[in-house]
Amino acid sequence: MGIGKNINRVDALSKVKGTTKYTEDLIPQNALIAKILHSKIANGIVKDVDVSEALKIEGVLKIVTCLEVPDVDFSTAGHPYSLDPSHADIKDRKLLNKRVRHYGDDVAVVVAVDSIAAQKGLEAIKVTYEEYKPKINIYGNYEVGEPIHKLYPDDVMATMNFYLNEDKERFNKYKIVEELLKTNNFKGNMPDSNLPMKKYEYILPIVQHAHIENIVCFAYMDGNRHIIYSATQVPQVVRRIVSEALEISIGEVQVIKPYIGGGFGNKQDIIYEPLAMYLSKLMGGACISMVSTREETFVNSRTRHGMKITTMVNTEEGKMRMRNRAINLVSNQGAYSTHGHAIAANAITNGFHLYSGSGLQVGTSTSIYSNLPSAAAMRAYGTPQICFAVESQMDDYAKEKGFDPIEFRLENLVKVGAIEPFDTFPIHTNGLDDCIKKGKELIDWDEKKIQYEEFNKNSKVFKKGIGIALFAYKTGIYPITVETSACRMVLNQDGSLQVQVGAIEIGQGSDTVFCQMTSEILSIPEDKINMVSCHDTDISPFDPGAYASRQTYICGGAVKKTAEILKEKILNKAAIMLDFDYDDMDLIDEYIISKSRSEKLESLEKVVLYSMYSKHSTEHLTAEATYTGLNNAFAYGACFADVCVDVPLGKIDIKKMYSIHDSGKIINPRLAEAQVHGAVAMGVGYAIGEEMLFDQVTGKPLNNNFLDYKIPTSMDIPEIEVAFIETYEPSGPFGNKALGEPPIIAPAPAIRNAVLFATGVSINSLPLNPEKLVSAFKEANLIDEE
Amino acid sequence: MYDIKKVHQASSMNDVLKIMKENKEVKILAGGTDVLIKMRERKYKDVEIVSIGDISELSGIHIDESENIIIKSATKFIDIINNEYIAKHLPTLGKACNQIGSPQIRNIATIGGNLCNGAVSADVVPILLVLDAQLHIVGLDGKMRIINVNDLHTGPGQTSLIEGQELLVEIHIKKENYVNFGFDYYKYGKRNAMEIATLGCAVGIKLNKQKDIIEDIKIAYSVAAPTPRRCSSIEKLMIGKKLTKETINLIKPENIAELIPRDSWRASKNFRLQLIKETGRRTALEAIKANGGELCID
Repeated sequence: MGIGKNINRVDALSKVKGTTKYTEDLIPQNALIAKILHSKIANGIVKDVDVSEALKIEGVLKIVTCLEVPDVDFSTAGHPYSLDPSHADIKDRKLLNKRVRHYGDDVAVVVAVDSIAAQKGLEAIKVTYEEYKPKINIYGNYEVGEPIHKLYPDDVMATMNFYLNEDKERFNKYKIVEELLKTNNFKGNMPDSNLPMKKYEYILPIVQHAHIENIVCFAYMDGNRHIIYSATQVPQVVRRIVSEALEISIGEVQVIKPYIGGGFGNKQDIIYEPLAMYLSKLMGGACISMVSTREETFVNSRTRHGMKITTMVNTEEGKMRMRNRAINLVSNQGAYSTHGHAIAANAITNGFHLYSGSGLQVGTSTSIYSNLPSAAAMRAYGTPQICFAVESQMDDYAKEKGFDPIEFRLENLVKVGAIEPFDTFPIHTNGLDDCIKKGKELIDWDEKKIQYEEFNKNSKVFKKGIGIALFAYKTGIYPITVETSACRMVLNQDGSLQVQVGAIEIGQGSDTVFCQMTSEILSIPEDKINMVSCHDTDISPFDPGAYASRQTYICGGAVKKTAEILKEKILNKAAIMLDFDYDDMDLIDEYIISKSRSEKLESLEKVVLYSMYSKHSTEHLTAEATYTGLNNAFAYGACFADVCVDVPLGKIDIKKMYSIHDSGKIINPRLAEAQVHGAVAMGVGYAIGEEMLFDQVTGKPLNNNFLDYKIPTSMDIPEIEVAFIETYEPSGPFGNKALGEPPIIAPAPAIRNAVLFATGVSINSLPLNPEKLVSAFKEANLIDEE
Repeated sequence: MYDIKKVHQASSMNDVLKIMKENKEVKILAGGTDVLIKMRERKYKDVEIVSIGDISELSGIHIDESENIIIKSATKFIDIINNEYIAKHLPTLGKACNQIGSPQIRNIATIGGNLCNGAVSADVVPILLVLDAQLHIVGLDGKMRIINVNDLHTGPGQTSLIEGQELLVEIHIKKENYVNFGFDYYKYGKRNAMEIATLGCAVGIKLNKQKDIIEDIKIAYSVAAPTPRRCSSIEKLMIGKKLTKETINLIKPENIAELIPRDSWRASKNFRLQLIKETGRRTALEAIKANGGELCID
């Protein structure tokens, strides 16, 4: 057993049988219910809240309004603590907010004995507002008026501009960038300025994670202990932020994370934990539960940033080699800063990770506040947006120039040995060439290309197409922020093992791969290793949480280090017990063996028993270690789509998706494949159906439910074929790199490019929904008027 | 938690009528898939309910000696889908029922509920309109009145049933309205399952013996006007016409006076106009095929 094997998930049995306990399953029966009153305006100030009628309702115990919460600002980003104050998250909200910044903002909270009483209480509260004009569409020209946050008078939260010159040196400030921002035209300043640049514009919608488990937490007090159960990806950060928001010692806060029904980055933000804890304190320590409805989760948790991305590119005279490139990105932040500019920054830099031009490359990015729900982390942190723009542009430019889209990509790919220009780490492994080769072979690219072109000549209603998109994705977050994780192992007297990791199991399967890593080093089979899955900040080793695609890469390092320490302790103990030469011993198949004699000396179980119970000297065999990640690595991949478009109805029938990955060494191939299936399905949703809609005048959410927000059903998901090109990444604990997020990045542009192949029509925004397609096809005269 | 004041127990149709008579505000709950949602949305508050889902005399499918199909109002969609007679003689009805909601919804939701809810998008309605289904409605005094389903819908979410005073008990489909016809129903949704219709179209068609002339045609659309409705203007244009591409291409919004699609954030008017044309023609072609005819266009 060990790594590289198809071990069943350690939580498979409990999840299949339905016995797994999630946060909502654990709410005590007598818990009080807290429900939020959400604003009915998108922009303004609360002038007055009249709760007199509401308090008369039977079962309503307490009402707290935005006019009376503590005057403490905090951030909700699940980022690790930063020693550099200039890198700290923006603290821009209180428990409830008088300054209403989006439709549905939290204005008051009712505590009641049951949900009906709480609901009736909400209905009886009267709020008086001073209203400002909502700022919904931020891409066009509009009057800023009253700023959304006082400190940002023009509603611009942040900008990040840079250019890379021909020697790949990076500069943050340069007049070219200024020029670009002013005029949106910087032809004159580029090398070879006689070469015209082509300009493209892409629009990405606001979407949501749509995890099945809503936002949920409950909190109570036990003496001076502040105890919170939460469906969170970042329990250690919840603990810190609750302590900051309520001004209590971090040691008095205990956060417990049971199993999670999906997070995808949304639960990397702190949503209602501080409020629930605050209410519990007000209510004498009573248990307060806060369970969001689906409608609330859509509006009051977080979203994926909508973006408008403009790209410009040219190629060397008569060649496919890119010369100059520019990308300008405007990110719609929504009401609160949460992760700040981090996501837009990750996106704009990622725009230069896959291809590099031989000339000048310019990136500009701006995050703008709007009166919409706050955008924060979602699977792949801004890269699905930039990948859609870059990979659509690759096909659009190739079509314009008559290039083969795959040859054009191959000509410009970043290769092994290059230095990542922003974080300056070297690229050790890049399996993209092989990913492309493998994908072409699986989809039968060359044959289908001819077949489909022929088919499309004679078919008006149905048109077939194939498309490709590539991606590059950083595994972790070093050196932007700290990478740290810890692990603890405790041997049991029968030779079985308890393992606690800092990493947060959120359904991605991290517990299973850590179990395999432990088995790999200690030889204890997986079924004798017990993963402690519930993260409890009082007892679990530290890790900032499940985000990026870092857990296998970083916590994997902690697991490896801890297992090696434990192995050393076991062998040391065995050397004493057996009076044998330490250097000649090894641990194989749960036995201490002599390396020179290739024979078994004693079982692991006997050594543990001896260590724990020999009367004169006992030692409980445990190990604990912290791992500091000082590296980062790119995962790469290629996604292919095979589609048939029903032109008059604007429907895309996705025949099959192919997702090919270089994620380094694969720890558990079957689990990895399942990971890819889930992410590709999510990518299909992003491609063809998902989009949060808002009334353009009032900012009211229109489709914050699963009827009108179109996540794909099993009937919409095509067959997905997965392949891995296994490189060995030297910076990973077992040669491994990212996989959790990467497979969601490229499906949308691959499908979009397949539609371009099929119909000749470039669709430059997502989702590729029927209405948009029909309108574009009509414009291209593909639909008969008769 | 639901805001329910009282649940009345009823074991027969007369029981239900009695409870309705004694409690003016009582809501009738069959499968509950619409009523519970309205309660969750707080459109119904502090509700009194009488459940008819378990009353055996209100549920079941029966074929009478004249081969008329009689479906009791509280019959669940799953039972219509699984009914052998319907599967053999009127498969399109099963097909329409099979596109409602999810498997869980189809296992509990009823045909009567789908009608009485009055939704513009109800999946079972277009095919019933085409079948000229007869609705048997009983009043509090026990008297029965019969209306054509085409006279049921009066507006979005509104029907000609008098709330609190009438109960839909049976849906009759007469033999002459389904035998010798070919049918199809097209549900246009953005997803392939668990979807609300962006537009629905049902067509019933009867060709002559030679299968080259349209003897009779019935066309109904949902979500293309304030109510689901039959479109006699286009029917009249097509009856008696030769089965040609030109005849099928008569199906277009300009020829269907009954339809007034609207602009909404769910779909624009222009898009719905395209759907009216395209789904109408495709549904007609399938119905022709089901009637033994053959016509290929494109």
